Amino acid sequence: MQNGDFLRNIRIIMKREIAGYFGSPVAYVFIVIFLLLSGFFTFYISNFFEVGQADLKGFFQWHPWLFMFLVPAIAMRLWAEERRLGTIELLLTLPVSITEVVLGKLMAAWFFIGTALALTFPMVLSVLYLGNPDLGVIACGYIGSFLMAGTFLSVGSMTSALTRSQVVSFILAVVVCLYLILAGFAPVTAVLSGWAPVALVDLVSSTSVLTHFSSMARGVLDLRDVLYYLSVMLVMLFINGVVLQNRESA
Amino acid sequence: MIEVKSLTKRFGTQLAVDDISFTAKKGEILGFLGPNGAGKSTTMRMITGFFPPTDGTVVIGGSDIQAQSIAARKKIGYLPENAPVYPDMEVFSYLDFCAEIRGFSGNKKTKRVSETLERCFLTNVKKQPINTLSKGYKQRVCFAQSILHDPEYLILDEPTDGLDPNQKHEVRQMILDMSATKAIIFSTHILDEVDAVCSRAMIISDGKVVADDTPDGLRRRSAFHGSVVMTVQGNNASAWDTLFTDIEGVKNVSVVDGDEKRATLRFFPENPEVPVVDRIIAATGQKGVTFSSVFVEQGRLDDVFRDITKTVEAT
Repeated sequence: MQNGDFLRNIRIIMKREIAGYFGSPVAYVFIVIFLLLSGFFTFYISNFFEVGQADLKGFFQWHPWLFMFLVPAIAMRLWAEERRLGTIELLLTLPVSITEVVLGKLMAAWFFIGTALALTFPMVLSVLYLGNPDLGVIACGYIGSFLMAGTFLSVGSMTSALTRSQVVSFILAVVVCLYLILAGFAPVTAVLSGWAPVALVDLVSSTSVLTHFSSMARGVLDLRDVLYYLSVMLVMLFINGVVLQNRESA
Repeated sequence: MIEVKSLTKRFGTQLAVDDISFTAKKGEILGFLGPNGAGKSTTMRMITGFFPPTDGTVVIGGSDIQAQSIAARKKIGYLPENAPVYPDMEVFSYLDFCAEIRGFSGNKKTKRVSETLERCFLTNVKKQPINTLSKGYKQRVCFAQSILHDPEYLILDEPTDGLDPNQKHEVRQMILDMSATKAIIFSTHILDEVDAVCSRAMIISDGKVVADDTPDGLRRRSAFHGSVVMTVQGNNASAWDTLFTDIEGVKNVSVVDGDEKRATLRFFPENPEVPVVDRIIAATGQKGVTFSSVFVEQGRLDDVFRDITKTVEAT
């Protein structure tokens, strides 16, 4: 019974949130910008056609950078907006737990980004038409991209709970996401390895989404990578819940 | 029954609610009065489980709001201050969401929602987004949300704020209609409302309960309670107050105001519960004074409210 209520409540919260996304123009602007930018980067910067390889490496490699800006833009309103409007007061006095609301909201946003990601399917059709790609690698890339989006979302959800201002939430989330990327970005690790012990460099770079993302984009579906994403999400959402539980104002 | 047990809330160093205790039984309509910033909303937010209290607790129909939070919240309907509802949602979908999260589904849910829409006179706007509605309608949507699941306990924070006189009347009527089976706590600034609706009034000032009584009982605390106000004809300048010194049961007389043609006098009885108006009228006959009006003052809640909250501020 308890378990049934838990899933039921998450589903109801999620449903309301998703209806909210598709009822507002922000959603469509987001999807269009995401599709335009990912197309632009793939074709003009990564030179998809000139490279002459039937894979989507040039497509996935841009996702961390795109998501770094776009995902916080989706996540920033999750809690900050509720606090600004005061609707959080009704939401958190309903007979639902904070865990249920946090998960419901996150999953709605994640579903939405998943939709945007699914709409990149013409890329897959293009490589299928042009050559003979390894579909397993592509699927793995999509899974990695989706998990990374979830991780960035959990960061954004947490920073959104910290403040009433969506702008502050956005900037904080971008900074954290930037760290998560740069900690494993080759030019940065190169600077670090100049003076720091190897163990430290490895430790820092292992906190980066980039390290875990690139192996997935290559088609290696390692349980440790999945665990990495899920544990970062868990930590962020836990902080999110604690922040909400201990808020002293609406 | 709502049991509030030594509820305390501290924001940093500021004590917002200071050891408040009371109980509200079913059938009771409890009015929360108090100046702005007295701690009314904070108290209500703790009762509904929005804020954890710094100290003390609230038990809603046997469920502790902190230990058995979900069970307690199921029994409450809450209308927060300023009626915060999702502006992008349509009235119907919003209430549908509320009904669903309150555990209704299928036909029961549909019935509940349409009944509530009708009860709150919202049927004709049910397909409108909430942000296109006027303040009165928004307030009603939020009110609808609070009574949707027919809760045993209703907590309403300024339910009539921003409504026009007709809408205020409707909301009061709804509160009265529901009061038989529920315990209702509502806060207001409007003292007439307390008279019209409440069976019990509580004045909160500086985070403390400074008065807890029936509206009549509060009125009796007024210095003017039981005093007789009379408008007499004629020009007697300063001699009015000395003319009536010998009436039995009258402590003293004061001139409220007067000009050459008439004066308004106030007679203070020795005991406010013993009527003296007949003796005063008899005295006017003996002294050959004609009067144009006379009434016995019940005392005004405004005066009592001001007296009580000011003395607290002064201490």
